[in-house]
Amino acid sequence: MREEILKTLDKNSKIPESDLAKMLGMTEEEVKEEIRHLEEEHVICGYPTLINWDATTEERVTALIEVKVTPQRGQGFDKIAERIYRYDEVESVYLMSGGFDLTVIIEGKSMREVASFVSSKLAPMEAVLSTATHFVLKKYKEHGLPLVPEGGSDERMLVTP
Amino acid sequence: MRNPLNEKVQVMKPSGIRKFFDIVSEMKDAISLGVGEPDFETPWHIREEAIYSLEKGKTVYTSNPGLKELRLEICDYLKRRCALDYSEKEVLVTIGGSEAIDVALRSMIDPGDEVLIPEPCYVSYVPCVSLADGVPVTIELKEENEFRLTKRELLDAITDKTKILIMPFPNNPTGAIMEEKDLREIAEVVVEKDLFVISDEIYSELTYGKNHVSIASMPGMKERTIVINGFSKSFAMTGWRLGYAAGPELIIRQMIKVHQFAIMCAPTTSQHAAVEALRNGESDVEMMRDAYDKRRKFLVTRLREIGLECFEPYGAFYVFPSIKGLGMTSEEFATKLLEEEKLAVVPGTAFGDCGEGFLRISYAYSIEQLKTALERMERFVARYRK
Repeated sequence: MREEILKTLDKNSKIPESDLAKMLGMTEEEVKEEIRHLEEEHVICGYPTLINWDATTEERVTALIEVKVTPQRGQGFDKIAERIYRYDEVESVYLMSGGFDLTVIIEGKSMREVASFVSSKLAPMEAVLSTATHFVLKKYKEHGLPLVPEGGSDERMLVTP
Repeated sequence: MRNPLNEKVQVMKPSGIRKFFDIVSEMKDAISLGVGEPDFETPWHIREEAIYSLEKGKTVYTSNPGLKELRLEICDYLKRRCALDYSEKEVLVTIGGSEAIDVALRSMIDPGDEVLIPEPCYVSYVPCVSLADGVPVTIELKEENEFRLTKRELLDAITDKTKILIMPFPNNPTGAIMEEKDLREIAEVVVEKDLFVISDEIYSELTYGKNHVSIASMPGMKERTIVINGFSKSFAMTGWRLGYAAGPELIIRQMIKVHQFAIMCAPTTSQHAAVEALRNGESDVEMMRDAYDKRRKFLVTRLREIGLECFEPYGAFYVFPSIKGLGMTSEEFATKLLEEEKLAVVPGTAFGDCGEGFLRISYAYSIEQLKTALERMERFVARYRK
């Protein structure tokens, strides 16, 4: 059942617990209890909202940075990843297979701010061998949801056999 | 002037749902739980494949029974999902399950043959039997049996003119299914009485917690069953109009003739899309089934909270609650609900007289839509319950 709860919340974290309970054939108390466990176990790590910032007046730029690093003895990549993700500017950090080691996603107010983070904070780190910064021009889809409005209204006839 | 019309067509009643549709469509801002098709769009990879086939210029007729490639995929699918063993010569690709039903009936009925139709059921069986000069004989299914067909009911309906039994499970409008033990009893009677079965399994992928079983997989049944299925419900492809019939070559060969002269072949683009659906669409079906199941549980729980009794439906995407005790017929209830709360549901009587006292409520809607609709329903029921 916890997987079912997670799958549903993954699509809509705003869903009331009473609805969730009915959808899964559980009581509301059972659902609340399970969600509390999931939060405590840090399986559910938060409930952010998916926002299309392009549709607001707020200036934001996102950059994806490919980072090559030297893993440290005994700690592999975890230590260096942590040193990077602790910065507030950093949105996501992933360890990658292939041609580079870490994908670092940065959010900033402007290109200059992002550039300054890379040149003054990220690149000078001892373990960092190289960085390649790619700026995002437009976001189409995130977390499985399109960010551009879709025309998909219900075109079905109101009553059909 | 002479009467230009055919007698059988003239006496045919327009479907009950049609009448209701006319009322609903005049009402602005009505919301509906009356739809008999998925709310999902066809999965993108299937649409992509259709677009690609158009780009490549695959715009000509296919062979009459359908693309061989598709028929082979259908055989593979029926084996995988329903434990049925057919060769591509035993499959006919049709314009939706609807055409398959019509062609099967026309290929098998001689004038005066009786065809058994368990009701409540989909609206087209009775008129199609009549058009084929058969005699429709309805069997009233009972709520106490969860609208499953029982051996007793079947035996009581059989006469020496009975030739065909239509098996509409998982059922529209009740959501009833037939489990293996139920089918075994029916199959025994069918074999003993030398009947044939047209098994409309269009909702076969939409069963919850219980696997769909085809009656054709019962002992002695494959040679006397036409299995009808299609892509509309399982892959959310209603508008593509694509279905199929699988059965003994003896019957399918004759059905191909009828299909050939009436239709020529099913739409080519849809057939290419269907190949992709069967090859790579299993996870889509799973995703949709999962979503329907959550809505189903939500709806059943809410209806019971409101005080409308309903048996647990294990198939399709309908719940069939009883409105007995509210002092209204199904049609009165549906009409008043529409007028007072602007909520459209379909009266059970649209699917046969024995649907009286019931409503068909579809859950091919998002949870948010179901929630809003059920609030209206709750207000309405509270007002009329004394």
